[in-house]
Amino acid sequence: MSVTRLMPSQETADLVELVREVASRELAPHVAEAEETERFPREAFRTLGKLGILGLPYPEEYGGGGQPYEVYLQVLEEIGAVWASVGVGVSVHVLSCYALAVYGTEAQRQRWLPDLLSGDLLGAYCLSEPHAGSDPAAMTTRARRDGDHYILDGVKAWITHGGQADFYTVMARTSDDRSHGISCFLVPADTPGLSADRPERKMGLTGSHTTMLRFDGVRIPAHQRIGAEGQGLSIALSALDSGRLGIAAVATGLAQAALDTAVDYARQREAFGKPIIEHQGLAFLLADMAAAVETARAATLRAARLKDCGLPYSTEASIAKLVATDNAMRVTTDAVQVLSGYGYTRDFPVERYMREAKVMQIFEGTNQIQRMIIGRHLARGATGSTVVVAS
Amino acid sequence: MNIVVLVKQVPDTETERKLDPADSTVDRAASDGVINELDEYAIEEALRLKEKHGGEVTILTVGPEQATDSIRKALSMGADKAVHVCDDALAGSDALQTAYAIAQTLGTLEYDLVILGSESTDARTGVVGAALAEYLGLPQLTLANKVDVDGTSVKIQRQTDDGYQVVEATLPAVISVVEKINEPRYPSFKLIMAAKKKPVTKLSIAEAGIDADKVGLANATTQVVDFAPAPPRTAGTVVKDEGNGGVLIADFLASKKFV
Ligand SMILES: Cc1cc2nc3c(=O)[nH]c(=O)nc-3n(C[C@H](O)[C@H](O)[C@H](O)COP(=O)(O)OP(=O)(O)OC[C@H]3O[C@@H](n4cnc5c(N)ncnc54)[C@H](O)[C@@H]3O)c2cc1C
Ligand SMILES: Cc1cc2nc3c(=O)[nH]c(=O)nc-3n(C[C@H](O)[C@H](O)[C@H](O)COP(=O)(O)OP(=O)(O)OC[C@H]3O[C@@H](n4cnc5c(N)ncnc54)[C@H](O)[C@@H]3O)c2cc1C
Repeated sequence: MSVTRLMPSQETADLVELVREVASRELAPHVAEAEETERFPREAFRTLGKLGILGLPYPEEYGGGGQPYEVYLQVLEEIGAVWASVGVGVSVHVLSCYALAVYGTEAQRQRWLPDLLSGDLLGAYCLSEPHAGSDPAAMTTRARRDGDHYILDGVKAWITHGGQADFYTVMARTSDDRSHGISCFLVPADTPGLSADRPERKMGLTGSHTTMLRFDGVRIPAHQRIGAEGQGLSIALSALDSGRLGIAAVATGLAQAALDTAVDYARQREAFGKPIIEHQGLAFLLADMAAAVETARAATLRAARLKDCGLPYSTEASIAKLVATDNAMRVTTDAVQVLSGYGYTRDFPVERYMREAKVMQIFEGTNQIQRMIIGRHLARGATGSTVVVAS
Repeated sequence: MNIVVLVKQVPDTETERKLDPADSTVDRAASDGVINELDEYAIEEALRLKEKHGGEVTILTVGPEQATDSIRKALSMGADKAVHVCDDALAGSDALQTAYAIAQTLGTLEYDLVILGSESTDARTGVVGAALAEYLGLPQLTLANKVDVDGTSVKIQRQTDDGYQVVEATLPAVISVVEKINEPRYPSFKLIMAAKKKPVTKLSIAEAGIDADKVGLANATTQVVDFAPAPPRTAGTVVKDEGNGGVLIADFLASKKFV
């Protein structure tokens, strides 16, 4: 990847080098085959788990890497540049650990977090339902209290790692109050009554399995509820703020990969007696692509730095997700244009990049929803003008 | 059991490598330095022996300042500590002098086994292991694709063109490895963090007990008289099959003495 990174320490710089090496040696050779055959690459997550990537932004005392988002997201971008499905998978896993890590009690964290962060297990995050996507408060999946247990019934939709995950972080309704009637639960994959449909037949990101998840009298101990009853939606939305940064980083990596492929090609392919990159009309297209990738990276890392300093970053996370994924869509589309006839074939990766970019404008809040969040923030007149010293 | 692994930093084989026309030495500024590939196998084997028999793994490198990058990587694979002999007086040393310098430094360390790669990717003399064993007066077990330690003796499978030989020696001994021996592990972020705290001892030649008159370009036992870049690849010969393709290919192979 042709990117110069500024890392905060020698160790994190070594980590990025290591991830580059592992991604190019262990992941890259399998991407085309797995995406073509819609095979979920479970082993890729084991490889990254062994390096310590699956727990990177969580505290060391629970087995995490103790790294700021500024570091985690740059690592994630490197993975996304090589394999978007795996980058998204890492981001979803980290998202699925968020509720427990941030809202779990000390006892809950000590009991489960080390396993979740060990790198051996994979998590999933279950908010959406067939009739409740952008409006999750419309969910109908129920969690009924029964003594020391809850019994979950209902259907979740679009679950990344559905049928593959070892544990599910699930939002379900514990009362009829629209937004304060939802609670959050940790559900191990082997709990009786839980089943996944066959994977959706998607346009892209085919190596990542997305399924419906059915809860049919799924009985779980009450101590597997995370946070208070009724706190589930705010936990879910808070998790999404950080999850969006993950998606922004993966989208940036994907766009960088498309740019790198396009530039390589444009320097070699000749038309009218010279490399096509020397035709100004095409060079300008590539220049706009490069500017879009850098803009995405800058927006993402800026939001990360706010988060790392403990400042509000929700609006900036939405801006990063919006900019990075819209830019990835444009950059990957233009990469197909640069490779033209060849770009339109499945023998080159850019058409796949384009299909992969599309979903990033859709999940973890569509880009309309991101604009809605940003707009609401502006309408509240809530733009601060604080000057603080980064810690 | 204490093991010393010899690690050489070499120019990355994936980048263009150059010799410095001024003194015919490797132009180390021209490309990134990485651990000589076979040395990663040597480190892996040492770590596996340690996991089985206990003890410590020490990395020993003779090389310039920037070799610290490779030492850090070796430590983050799991080695316990490192010794870095770093002295301007060593610049331009040849294989025999390097072996001498390593032998002298080993004199300051305690070890049961020395493991090294059978050949580097830059100078590729494949001589250091043998020369080192001579200097130390220790048995040399070369080209190992399998190592077993049992009490005070070590047995290896020595790879040959048509199979392997079983070679045995008493400890301490010098073992050089080939890439069939194992699959080197990757570091992890935890090990990268831990490596930061592992001791790296930097020695001048005096501290390592190396005689200044016996190392360096001026005292080298070999001399690079001339060098030239490899000629660019020429276009291959195209055989057009007009019914006699098989004959033409056979003729071509015969002309190159392949058949
Ligand atoms: C591959 C994939 C993986 C996914 N993984 C997960 C997962 O792991 N976990 C999970 O919980 N969910 C997951 N999702 C679900 C995803 O988050 C939803 O698809 C998304 O939130 C949109 O919901 P919807 O598809 O129901 O669209 P809808 O909500 O029906 O929206 C349809 C359209 O209307 C627009 N719209 C809706 N409301 C407004 C509004 N107020 N203003 C303006 N426009 C609006 C939307 O932007 C969209 O264009 C995944 C989806 C996909 C495709
Ligand atoms: C044209 C030319 C120019 C050269 N220029 C330079 C130069 O500028 N600077 C320079 O330092 N060397 C230079 N060398 C290399 C040097 O002369 C020796 O060849 C080298 O130090 C050891 O020999 P080798 O790499 O062939 O070892 P081999 O015998 O092929 O290596 C076998 C194993 O020995 C161990 N080993 C070898 N060297 C070291 C070391 N230094 N530290 C720890 N372990 C080691 C490793 O485990 C390695 O896998 C040059 C060589 C040539 C041919």
